[in-house]
Amino acid sequence: MYNYYLTIVLAPLAAALIAGLAGKQIGRAGAHWVTILGVGTSCVLSLLVLKNMFWGGAGAENISVYTWAVTDGLRMEVGFLVDRLTALMMCVVTFVSLMVHIYTIGYMHDDPGYQRFFSYISLFTFSMLMLVMSNNFLQLFFGWEAVGLVSYLLIGFWFKKQTAMFANLKAFLVNRVGDFGFILGIAGVVMFTGSLDYATVFGQADAVAGQSIEVFSGTPWNAMTVICILLFIGAMGKSAQAPLHVWLPDSMEGPTPISALIHAATMVTAGIFMVARMSPLFELSTTALGFVIIIGAVTAFFMGLLGIVQNDIKRVVAYSTLSQLGYMTVALGASAYSAAIFHLMTHAFFKALLFLAAGSVIIAMHHEQDIRKMGGLKKYMPITYWTSLIGSLALIGFPGSSGFFSKDLLIEAVKESHWHDGASMGDQVTYWIAYLSVLLGVFVTALYSFRMFFLVFHGEERMDAETKSHLHETPAVVTVPLILLAIPSAIIGWFSADAVLFGGFFGDAIQVKSVHDALTGLNGTFWHGPAALVMHIYASPVFYLAALGVIAAWFLYLKRPDIPATIKDKFSGIYNLLDRKYYFDDLWIKGFAGVGRKLGQFLWEKGDQLIIDGILVNGTAKTVGRLAGVMRQIQTGYLYTYAFAMIIGLTALLGWLIWLR
Amino acid sequence: MIGLEHYLTLAAMLFVLSVAGIIINRRNLILLLMCVELMLLAVNFNFVAFSRYLGDETGQVFVFFILTVAAAEAAIGLAILVVLFRNRRSIAVKELNTLKG
Amino acid sequence: MEFSQYILSILIWLPIAGGVLLLLIGDDNDVMSSRAGLMRIVALAVSVLAFLISIGLYAGFDNAAVGMQFTEKVSWVTALNVFYVLGVDGISAPLIILTTFITPLVIIAGWDNIKSRPAQYFAAFLILEGLMVGVFCALDALLFYVFWEAMLIPMFLIIGVWGGERRVYATLKFFLYTFLGSVLMLVAFIYLYGQTGGFDLFGFMAAPLSLTAQKLVFVAFLIAFAVKVPMWPVHTWLPDAHVEAPTGGSVILAAIMLKMGGYGFIRLSLPIVPDGSEYFAGMMIALSLIAVVYIGFVALMQKDMKKLIAYSSIAHMGFVTLGVFILWSVSGDAGAGLGMVGAMVQMISHGLISGAMFLCVGVLYDRMHSRQIADYGGVANTMPIFAAFMVLFAMANAGLPGTSGFVGEFMVIIASFKANFWYAFLAAGTLILGAAYTLWMVKRVVYGEVANDNVAALKDINGREFLVLAILAISVLIVGLWPAPLVDMMNVTIEQLIEQVGQTKL
Repeated sequence: MYNYYLTIVLAPLAAALIAGLAGKQIGRAGAHWVTILGVGTSCVLSLLVLKNMFWGGAGAENISVYTWAVTDGLRMEVGFLVDRLTALMMCVVTFVSLMVHIYTIGYMHDDPGYQRFFSYISLFTFSMLMLVMSNNFLQLFFGWEAVGLVSYLLIGFWFKKQTAMFANLKAFLVNRVGDFGFILGIAGVVMFTGSLDYATVFGQADAVAGQSIEVFSGTPWNAMTVICILLFIGAMGKSAQAPLHVWLPDSMEGPTPISALIHAATMVTAGIFMVARMSPLFELSTTALGFVIIIGAVTAFFMGLLGIVQNDIKRVVAYSTLSQLGYMTVALGASAYSAAIFHLMTHAFFKALLFLAAGSVIIAMHHEQDIRKMGGLKKYMPITYWTSLIGSLALIGFPGSSGFFSKDLLIEAVKESHWHDGASMGDQVTYWIAYLSVLLGVFVTALYSFRMFFLVFHGEERMDAETKSHLHETPAVVTVPLILLAIPSAIIGWFSADAVLFGGFFGDAIQVKSVHDALTGLNGTFWHGPAALVMHIYASPVFYLAALGVIAAWFLYLKRPDIPATIKDKFSGIYNLLDRKYYFDDLWIKGFAGVGRKLGQFLWEKGDQLIIDGILVNGTAKTVGRLAGVMRQIQTGYLYTYAFAMIIGLTALLGWLIWLR
Repeated sequence: MIGLEHYLTLAAMLFVLSVAGIIINRRNLILLLMCVELMLLAVNFNFVAFSRYLGDETGQVFVFFILTVAAAEAAIGLAILVVLFRNRRSIAVKELNTLKG
Repeated sequence: MEFSQYILSILIWLPIAGGVLLLLIGDDNDVMSSRAGLMRIVALAVSVLAFLISIGLYAGFDNAAVGMQFTEKVSWVTALNVFYVLGVDGISAPLIILTTFITPLVIIAGWDNIKSRPAQYFAAFLILEGLMVGVFCALDALLFYVFWEAMLIPMFLIIGVWGGERRVYATLKFFLYTFLGSVLMLVAFIYLYGQTGGFDLFGFMAAPLSLTAQKLVFVAFLIAFAVKVPMWPVHTWLPDAHVEAPTGGSVILAAIMLKMGGYGFIRLSLPIVPDGSEYFAGMMIALSLIAVVYIGFVALMQKDMKKLIAYSSIAHMGFVTLGVFILWSVSGDAGAGLGMVGAMVQMISHGLISGAMFLCVGVLYDRMHSRQIADYGGVANTMPIFAAFMVLFAMANAGLPGTSGFVGEFMVIIASFKANFWYAFLAAGTLILGAAYTLWMVKRVVYGEVANDNVAALKDINGREFLVLAILAISVLIVGLWPAPLVDMMNVTIEQLIEQVGQTKL
């Protein structure tokens, strides 16, 4: 299998290099063919790997490719760990990436940076594969930062747009704040285990959990808690969890295909994947899990609320992504790692679908993104309409759709989690925050999803006549990926839910302490197979909340469009709070960035220029000069003064010789 | 009887006079040169006096050396003085302060 | 083989001889004339030859050997027991190769855009190259000192003759700062000569010294090396020198001369006065962290590109001193050795990256005659290839994994976490700050709409500039993706050094 893995990783890289360095020579068609070929190869081979794992019974493989460096007893290697978790991620990544590659042919058709774009997305696929296939922390960090780099390049793909340039810098820096925690977490891992290799580290996890570290002297903290929280800060950056979420909505400045690929399906889920991969560590620190679940709950609910007030079609989907990432994080915090990964997979399909559909709408609308200027697109764009509907239904968890299985089971796992059984006050508070967030989040999700859906595809046609005259369905390169993504969005839950969540699919890749294991408990009590779950929807509050959300959206935005405006006026305080995104942007930009710049200016002007250069360096020079100015007064230039001085000196010397010696 | 102390007193008076001349005189450079000569004479006096007192001729030999050097010095000093006068049209000590810092 | 026996001497004296030859060929201010052409080819040939010879040094270098290799020893001043002793180990060999690698690039970069006295310009660089190699392989304190001071002269001339408007102020500041430091080093050498009766560095290392003496010697060394590194707060000469220096001067200054400081700490301070170093280690760590954080903030607000990169150099060199001086705070695997190797790798990597960054600024300066960030904007529109290089090097400067900038920082952060959580915390702050100041500059210079007519008239890099930047880009990536060959060169030497430093001399 070694050659397979190597090909899976290197094919997109080779394609990216060819398209990037020889873009002019191979031309536009050459660029998309070579990259699609590269990613297609990876996709097919990834599916083969998954098939071997699933039906062929192939076990996990841990292979070292080459030694990066060895020093001082620390081996730093590049290698692959391919188990079922990895295989699943590889398939999701390469499949969505392939769809996006095809879609891009249509979306970027007229763009002068065509080859560059293909090069970047192939490079992204390579980086993401390096991340998920890594068998050590070093390579994980490499992939982690490399996807960040490509995300930076792609958000700023249209580098003439000032907003895009602002957004990509912001994205990179906020991610760096996360990476700051991440690298400290890795350093902590090395400190306590002396290794970067997953297998070695996990093997020593129990020993690490028994140790403590004094971050503040005098207060020993559990080493595992410190490590896990630091690692999770990295995940918060990459997976856009509050308060490090601020970069994701702005990242929508990039072209839509990358919003689908990077900022919905794959890169942003790297944090979720990482925590699931580190489950042997996280399981050993309940405190860290509590931190994870609270952050996830806050993100899931409050970021969803923001989706309601957004008017940019892509930003609505972006906030929905934030909210769904929050769901996954909550599942991680509830030790339902499989549920998080399962939701990650279904979300990758339907969210990529929704983004690509939004992109299709944007193409048709001539790059108009304001949903207030759309409406009634259903009759012009039937394929986009139906695929969007499937995506939206999957997102809100319509019974039978992929999102239904993943979200329903996720919420149930949270409900039955060890936080619920916890005796302490803190456990109960954590439980209720998490459970209520994910539950109410369902209503919010339905509301903003269908608000957008209705505003875009139904109701009166609010676009100008010029745009309207050009409205038509987008070409096949755009619609085919939509359809191909709609299929798994609709049905994949039926096939995979049982296996992934209850069949012990992940084997040793995900380790859950038995007291934390809520999912296994669901098997047989809540779960009797997919059909049974669909049949029992009436028993679950989730269904009613979702239905309520859709009805509310229909009532507010189609039936009585005047009501939202009234609400907006009546509750302008809350509206402003939402519109300004809880002032998080202000906190980061005016707060941290602003203070940082002021501090820099202060240190430069007062520290470097005034104190060091002004007082110490030039001050010394000036003092010497001033002293010399005083001393020179003694030099009158008159002979008699010198003679007089000589005589005094002579007398003094003689006096000293005669009397004092 | 005129003893050693008388000679030494005279030499000291001559020396102090010449020093005073160097310090107090602000007008004429020639006076300075003469004072320097006078100073050397005071030294010569001491040499001769001690030579006689100790009965050692070496001191008197030194006097000849000093006289020679003093003559050469006076010659060079006067030459410089002439050049200086040519350039500055003055030999007033007060105006010679180009060494001022 | 006869040749390999004198390889170090050849590496020192060949460029110096080449420089003298250039001075003999003489100047022709007409860059197109045949004499100017001959002169340039001689300059390039000599520097490339030196680089090829240093490849021979790499090939013949034994990674597993303990102690000095390629040693030469000739008596020099018999009365004072001074010898002409040369030798390299895993600490100096990579730095020598870096020196011979960067110099040809500088010569290519200055190929035809030095208009006045080009022969003297190139001669200065060749002589400087020889002297710098001399510093890295001298094993006799007096010889070391002679090379160390002699090195100042060509650099003084490079900034003073070919520099910008405030070059006189900058050169004076540069010279006085560095000279003040090195004079104290000479005092320390003379004291140690008094103790041992010779100037042999190994003699110094073996000599027992009292703690007070060690402290004083350390302080004398510290001032010499801290100025060179430069460490906060004796860093302010660097931004001024960089801003006024011609592009080639900035490159050599940042890429190699700053390394003298780090090299001095590792080669002299640690083994000669281990107890003194240990005594001051806490202070050194504090100064390093201040350099990383404080300078990071200062760099953020720079309006001049060269100043910004100069400040970023100071911040990056903070990692070098941090990596070296956490030695006493960590024990066991992945500790002191990792920090020290990280510091060494950081030096090599910083040589490549800062050199490349200064070359990038030089490319822009040659076209627009401005270093102000505000004068640029949207360069990517008119210079796409250049923009790609600039972004790559900026990312390397921000320590992106896969580039050389990451390797050293990663190792030092990991090692310092072991020493103290807060050391690592502050050091890792560079992840944010480094990205902030570098990428903010890139945003304002490279991206955006074309800012003005001057930018609109820019032409993309020519073949010569492409060659230089491409060579640097490839080496940055190679070191980033596979640092093993570099690290393997250092491992044994550093292991042995740490063992040596661990033994007290009291």
